[in-house]
Amino acid sequence: MAVLFGSVLHIPDPNDPERDRFILSKGHAALALYAALHVRGWISASDLSTYCSDGTYLGVHPEFAQKGVDFCSGSLGQGLPIGVGAALAARMQLSQRRVFVLVSDAECNEGSLWEAVMFAAHHKLSNLVVIIDLNGQQALGYTNQVINLAPMVERWRAFGWDVHDVDGHDIPGLQNTIESLTVSVGAPHVLIAHTVFGKGVSYMENQIKWHYWPMSESEYQQALQENGVE
Amino acid sequence: MRSTFINALVEIAKIDTRIVLLTGDLGYLAIEPFMDQFPDRFFNIGVAEQDMVGIATGLAESGFIPFVYSIVPFAVLRPYEFIRNGPIMHQFPVRIVGIGGGMEYGTNGATHYGLEDIGLMRMHPGMSVIVPADYGQAKTCLDATWNLPGPVYYRLSKDNQTLIPGLSGRFELGHTQNIRTGTDLIMITIGNITSEAVKAADLLESMGISCAVVSVASMNPSPIGDLQETLSHYRVAITVETHYVTGGLGSLVSEVIAEAGLTCRLVRCGVKTTPTGMTGSQEYMLRLHGLTGEQLAKTASEALRQIPPR
Repeated sequence: MAVLFGSVLHIPDPNDPERDRFILSKGHAALALYAALHVRGWISASDLSTYCSDGTYLGVHPEFAQKGVDFCSGSLGQGLPIGVGAALAARMQLSQRRVFVLVSDAECNEGSLWEAVMFAAHHKLSNLVVIIDLNGQQALGYTNQVINLAPMVERWRAFGWDVHDVDGHDIPGLQNTIESLTVSVGAPHVLIAHTVFGKGVSYMENQIKWHYWPMSESEYQQALQENGVE
Repeated sequence: MRSTFINALVEIAKIDTRIVLLTGDLGYLAIEPFMDQFPDRFFNIGVAEQDMVGIATGLAESGFIPFVYSIVPFAVLRPYEFIRNGPIMHQFPVRIVGIGGGMEYGTNGATHYGLEDIGLMRMHPGMSVIVPADYGQAKTCLDATWNLPGPVYYRLSKDNQTLIPGLSGRFELGHTQNIRTGTDLIMITIGNITSEAVKAADLLESMGISCAVVSVASMNPSPIGDLQETLSHYRVAITVETHYVTGGLGSLVSEVIAEAGLTCRLVRCGVKTTPTGMTGSQEYMLRLHGLTGEQLAKTASEALRQIPPR
């Protein structure tokens, strides 16, 4: 998200029809999106503090009514079909704009995602970039115990995509990979981004319960300390 | 009416380049005029209806008006959540075109029937629901609604032959169309079963019973004002639909009668039981569910007889 909103996405204004589109298909990660939109100046600090309070547009999942959110998300498996439509629209309108879709690994359980994967490859939508947050976890367990997704690289390659196996925490590496992608007609692109769930917070890393569990005040302070935040 | 609809869509697409047609690999001998004239604005998405509605959502956000074409259950039921979270929630001008509806796909069996689509779609305040009664009305419906800002669901029959006498293609969003006048009772109908309702009214007339027939093609926005006014003149109303009696026209008319405090008695004719697996032609299935003109006339006359004299 930092790489996309920090340097990749071309969004002079969230209402510019020629802007790049971004879909947080794993809508439950909306907090990260809100932080990015705040840094870009599209969510004020006071609005940010309304998160999940009555009457806010900043709920657990992104809402289209919020400036900077292109599409509602939260129902897994829907973001990529919409992103394919957005990429097809750009192609039909002879636009250079691109579409980025961030999906979760467990979201690849959804059949609708693979419908979109096939369509995008068939129509060579090279203006489409998917990033998979491959943290190996889902709500109730580890992905290799629920529905095994391996081998991801081979699967996406078999579906005709341009596959990049990357470290999801390597910011310069992600930036270089995305910059190297060709936008002219060819295969759509996917970054299989290996990540660690709860990265940087010792008691959260790779722990299933933190998909749902709320932090206590002392846990919150510890997380800030471990990440050097005063 | 699907051919008329596609031909009318071709005419609109000639003047508006935002029109795009997507199909879920269906529409043989129906959609070819559009495919041939606008190959750059036609996509066979494949047998992937969820993807199709998602793609339509993405296209609509970029300024297109995508028409999404399939048989009713595959156009509505399979991608239902995509329709809700996409076109409805964002209020994008996606058009869902469902072919068939009711038991029009006869011997194809219950997987191909559409018995709950109107209910599911009209439940959403942000979704226009349009159900023409014949091919003449299919064209005027399209002409009147293709450019609406929000999403639209069209339920279209395969029947390209039948014209309802007295309808003359009339359509107005949010209003009913009177097909024939009558003083003893009223039949309110929707879609291509209207022809059976008209037959029933003819039969009733030969029995000395004067039956009005009103068509509801604009299910959403619902013609609440027209229905209230019309129903206030009758003591017996019969709704006729190829749909479960819950959720569709029968429910709408019930709501109007109850909310306006009318004294009209309502008999809902439609499908009341889960398909058993036994199948047959559309005509056979209509007979099975009491929806032929003869059966409707009988139901209506019995309902009238049960009303105490004034």
